[in-house]
Formats: sequence, structure tokens, C-alpha cells
Amino acid sequence: MNQIDSRYVTNAVEEIIKQAQTRLPDDVIQTLEKARDSEIDPTARSQLNAILKNIKIAGANSIPMCQDTGIMVFFVEIGRDAYPDFDLDLAILRGVQQATISVPLRPNAVEPLTRKNSGDNTGDGLPDINYSFVEGNTIKITVAPKGAGSENMSTLTMMRPSQTKQVKQFIVESVLKAGGMPCPPTIVGVGIGGSFDKSARLAKRALLRDLGQMDEYELEILKAINSLGIGPMGLGGSTTTLAVHVEKAYCHTASLPVAVNIQCWANRHASITLEVEHD
Amino acid sequence: MTEYHIRTPLHKRDIAILRAGDIVYLSGIIYTARDEAHLRILELTKNNKPLPFNLDGAVIYHCGPLVVPDKKGWKIIAAGPTTSARMTDMTPALLDSHNVRAIIGKGGMKDIASVLKDNCVYLAYTGGCAALAADMIMEVPSVQFQDLGMPEAVWVLKVNNFGPLIVGVDTKGKDLYAEVIKQAEESLTKVS
Repeated sequence: MNQIDSRYVTNAVEEIIKQAQTRLPDDVIQTLEKARDSEIDPTARSQLNAILKNIKIAGANSIPMCQDTGIMVFFVEIGRDAYPDFDLDLAILRGVQQATISVPLRPNAVEPLTRKNSGDNTGDGLPDINYSFVEGNTIKITVAPKGAGSENMSTLTMMRPSQTKQVKQFIVESVLKAGGMPCPPTIVGVGIGGSFDKSARLAKRALLRDLGQMDEYELEILKAINSLGIGPMGLGGSTTTLAVHVEKAYCHTASLPVAVNIQCWANRHASITLEVEHD
Repeated sequence: MTEYHIRTPLHKRDIAILRAGDIVYLSGIIYTARDEAHLRILELTKNNKPLPFNLDGAVIYHCGPLVVPDKKGWKIIAAGPTTSARMTDMTPALLDSHNVRAIIGKGGMKDIASVLKDNCVYLAYTGGCAALAADMIMEVPSVQFQDLGMPEAVWVLKVNNFGPLIVGVDTKGKDLYAEVIKQAEESLTKVS
């Protein structure tokens, strides 16, 4: 018999959505504080101060830090020995519906052409759930609510294989074109390789990485972005982007997909690991 | 960088003194309006139909708040700004037909300085700072166009010292965003 059931998962999902919406991960807060302390531009400082004050109020009052509570994107890692004997999709979807009322979340999910709002943040294809399999007997569920302001500024291009040296330029130009619209300081997730759709998935997954662990390639892009002077909210300053995270996958010899998924400063995500015991 | 505390409704003289980069705190009434509300306002105006609110000297807030019903009517949970760029094409017609004196939003709007000139200012409120904003919203006197759904309806908000708002575009044609982008384009160096 499973230790966890559908109801348990639903409640756990509701809980991590609440946590993600009301409390930013520590690494994100620390990076924002560091940015505030190093900014000399008074306007830029005022924006970062407002952000940090906002995070405090949201945490203290347990309310969403941003009114755009996003659409719910899930990454679920299922242990090979954890085979759940219930409808995991449905359990997660119900968690979203519960959280919509209890957190509360803004109803953001609409039919793409009629724009009719479902009212509960679910619909065909929503929530967006990505499964992968790992060793062990646990199910790890991560929620990453994604707001539209930054998502709308994301880009994807199919470059020519001869253009490997222009990849960095494409990333920097994507951030330049986005200007103040994605609520900088941003986190820039990049997916290189894979396929048309896989590159976008890699870019999104890259946003979940802890901030501050960047390799030379990523640091070079970060430096180029921050030398643009776009600054917090596009009002000028040296903090346009807090981190650049690049994920790669092998791709077709004739292809070079590059996806840039931009994330606002509210890099919201939370996880829970559930243990499944079998008799 | 001068700091101003201003009360709505706004007159031309209230906004004429503001310069790009100044800090403003607003008290009084502000109206949320995003994509669908703009379309509705423009449609009613085009058909010579009255609006259910008065936009004379008004402040428009590009915002789709998160709201819950309570004993007094409505309670704002979170109300940060939305991306103003989406309203760029509808703003000239809005300002042509109504004396809106300030627009609050985030990210600015492309080529907007000439549209706002002499008549309106663009005030930047820090994107994502929705909990902070809710703290400065005292009450919700009414809601209009509720059929558009929670984010798209026009929420009439009574605010107290709402800010800090940065003057992004002033009435003299200075646009902070345009200046920052121009500089960024010039400083874009080749990375390889």
C-alpha cells in the first residue's frame, strides 16, 4: 500500500504553490540584496529597495508577492520504485484548483482564442506538468509559477550550425530588446541544442538552478548584459540580470536551436519530496 | 530627483512640474485598466456612450489585481503593475478622448513621449511589487466592467501615498526608458 494517496499529493501541491507565491528562495533574496548594495544609481536602488520591501511584506502577511501569480508549471521526478497507483495528473490539477481559492491565485488561465477564463487556473494542457524518472522511492514535485510579463519577452531561434559564435550575441540582444518589460533584474534561462521544443524546455528548467553557480560561458554573457545599463525595471543601472543559466543537449548536425526564457526577479519555485513505501 | 506628494484628480499644473527621474507619491483615486478595459473604453467613446467612471484628471493604472470579496465589498490582495507595452497602440486614442493626466505602469511604452506631451505623465511603479502596493490601497469604492474578469475589469482604488513612482516620461517629452535603451544599443558590444 502506498503511504501517499491522491488527496495527500493534492494538499502537498497546494502547500508548495502557497510557499512559492509568498516566499522567494533564499538564494534569490540574497542575490537581490547584494545587487541593491552594489548599485550606485539612486533610481536603481529605489527599485531594488521596493522589491526587497515587497518580499518582506508578502512573507510576513503570507500573501502573493506579485498579482500575476502566473500559470502553474510543474516538474515531477518519479522514483523508479515509487509507482503511484492513482492519477497523479489529476491530483496535481486539484492542488492548483485548491490553491486558487486558498492562497488565493489570480485566475489567469484562458482559452487561447476566445480568451474565456476558466476561473480556476486549469484547462486543456494546464497545469503544465513535466515528468522525469529518477532512482529511488520518492516523488519530488516542484512548482514554478510563471508570470506573463517575462514569459512574453522570451525568444527562440533556429540558428545555422555555422553560427555557434553568434549564440551569445543572440542572448544579449534578446535581453536588450526586452528592456524594462520583463521586470528586471531578471534571471536568463538558456537552452542550446535539442530540438525546437526541447531547447525551450531546457531554458525553462535552467531557471530552477540555484543562483550564483555560473561557468565562464555564462559569466561572460552576464557581464555583457549588465554592461548595457538597462537596470532594474529598465530605468537604468548596472543590475539588469542576476544570473544566466545555460543548459545544453545534443542536437541534429544541421540544427542549432537556441531558446531564451526570461524570468522576472520573482523567481518563484518550491518543491516537496514525498516518500512512497510499499508493503 | 525631487520628491512630490500629489492628490487626485490631477490638473495640468500638477504634472507640468514633474521631470523624468523625479519621485511621486499619489493619494486619491486611481483606475486600473489593461487590454480589455482599454478596448471597452474606446468602444463606448466611439459610440458616444457614457463611461461608468470619470476620467477627467484621472490616473490610469496598468494593473490586473488579485481581489477577494470581503465584508466591505472587496479586498485587494496584490496589485502590482502589468507591462504597459501592451497598451501602447490604444493609448493615443484614450488620451485623445479623455483628460487622463497620469498613467502608472511598468516597462514604459515605445514612442510615447510625443503622445503624452503637455497632457499626461507616465509613472513607473516597480514591477512585481504587488504586496507593497496592496498595503497602500485603502479601499475599493467600486468595480466596473466586471464581466471582463478579475484581471481585466476596471477597479476603482482609493490609495494613500502610493509609491515610490518614478516619472518615466514627463510632459516635456523626456522618456527615461528611451534614453536607457538608446544608451544600451550604443554600448552593445560584440560577444563571441
